[in-house]
Amino acid sequence: MKTSKKILNDPKNVVSELIEGLSAASHGKLIKIDDVNALIKSKLPSNKVGLLIGGGSGHEPLFPGFIGENMADGAAMGNVFAAPAPDIILAATKRLDQGNGVLYVYGNYAGDNMNFDIASEMALDENINVKTVRVWDDVASAPLDKISERRGIAGDLFVIKIAGAVSSVSADLEEAYRVTAKARDHVRSMGVAVSAGSIPETGEPTFELPDDEIEIGMGLHGEPGVSREKMMSADELVERMMTKIMDDLPFRKGDEVCLLINNLGSTTFMELLIVNRKVRQVLADASVTIYDTVIGSFCTCQEMAGFSITMMKVDDELKKYYDMPANSLAFVKS
Amino acid sequence: MLTMDKTKEMFIHVSRNMVESKDILTQADKAIGDGDHGIGMARGFEAVEKKLANQDYENLSDLLASIGMTLMGSIGGAAGAVFGTFFKGGAKNLKDQKFFDIKALSIMLQDGLQAVEERGKAKPGDKTMIDALEPAKMKSIEVSSQPLVDAIENMAEAARQGMENTKDMIATTGKAKTLGERSLGHPDPGAVSMYLILKFMHEYVLKVSK
Repeated sequence: MKTSKKILNDPKNVVSELIEGLSAASHGKLIKIDDVNALIKSKLPSNKVGLLIGGGSGHEPLFPGFIGENMADGAAMGNVFAAPAPDIILAATKRLDQGNGVLYVYGNYAGDNMNFDIASEMALDENINVKTVRVWDDVASAPLDKISERRGIAGDLFVIKIAGAVSSVSADLEEAYRVTAKARDHVRSMGVAVSAGSIPETGEPTFELPDDEIEIGMGLHGEPGVSREKMMSADELVERMMTKIMDDLPFRKGDEVCLLINNLGSTTFMELLIVNRKVRQVLADASVTIYDTVIGSFCTCQEMAGFSITMMKVDDELKKYYDMPANSLAFVKS
Repeated sequence: MLTMDKTKEMFIHVSRNMVESKDILTQADKAIGDGDHGIGMARGFEAVEKKLANQDYENLSDLLASIGMTLMGSIGGAAGAVFGTFFKGGAKNLKDQKFFDIKALSIMLQDGLQAVEERGKAKPGDKTMIDALEPAKMKSIEVSSQPLVDAIENMAEAARQGMENTKDMIATTGKAKTLGERSLGHPDPGAVSMYLILKFMHEYVLKVSK
């Protein structure tokens, strides 16, 4: 079996070392909490709802790259592809609470759900109110009538963007929760992969895929998608993905959307642009207006080759929060 | 029946062997999950071995809760929450228990199972560690009058069968659930771990009973 080459030191230290690197890049704006793998703002704006995001590592820049002005206040990080343990989440929760409570936003996975739930129960024991929005944007991972069983993938970015904006202007946890959940409910995504990423500690790919095949509906951890097909053209692929995404919400004539073309790891920017070209054609044909386009690497699975398409339907309220400037290492909006 | 010292030794034996099982568990998880189960369990039980080596316990509840908190804190992910909850939940009603016997083990499995079911919202048949744990719990009632070494052997065998049965189940929770029918033919990695824990407990009891 082919193992991958990575630029690493001891693979056991990847999380603490990436935190160190990220903190250094922030020039003092982000600091690690002692003894746990959590990163928070060094100066918290006063009188706000704390916004804590988090999940397994290995998807960088998700999650810690999204801490910043009008973005998240902190991130709890687990080991590669594994949810953070409750003590990490609780330590970050305590640092972020300023009496207005803390909003958790994370991807909908069994491990994250259990660990964040355990932490929120522990937080409540310490009189900290917590509300939770689980992101479940991956249309390939479960049917619409079981939407709360869907996985969270690149849609995390838009939900975190909105959550960061609302929690920076509202000191009301209920309001921050309402708007964030609304953003979540307006987001749909789907991904595909043509080759696997690998776990740093073993160097082995997380799945096997023949050279001439593509996995439709690939998850953000290399979990298998919904079907394997022979390779096809970019246009044909995008059409199939867009049909599935558009039908799901559904996105209709006259709707306005924020669009995200996300690189899952090692797909080239060239390919993402070719994808975007076709996405625009499909949306134009459907008379759906694109409010904003974001293209790049936001939610990755190591060196997995593939991409995902995310759309968030926006109304006046979501536009207001989407338009607020944001400044984080991995996502900037001016 | 085991003293508290021997019980601690038993879980150190379990921990060492769980660490040794890293590759088996990694392979099992790669078939239907994301392949990190072996790494996580090894990390968790390495931490448990260290924790137990440096601490003495007055009663079974403290010992099990300590194992649970250590696993939860060091594994992370679903496995940390599930196996941490199993040991921590299993500790609930054993505060006055100062030795380990089949009755205590039965209580531990019963409370541990209930805690895991509540936390993970999974039930038997969902292709999880519960499918190895639940048959072992049922068996523990049936074998309650047997000597500990035989009772645990029978329970480990029930867990093994339960684990084998997960090959015929379709995953409905965790990262394997989108596999649907493609998860058929592979055991659930968590069920493999649950079986191994009981198997290694039996190994130790067999060793000291000789």
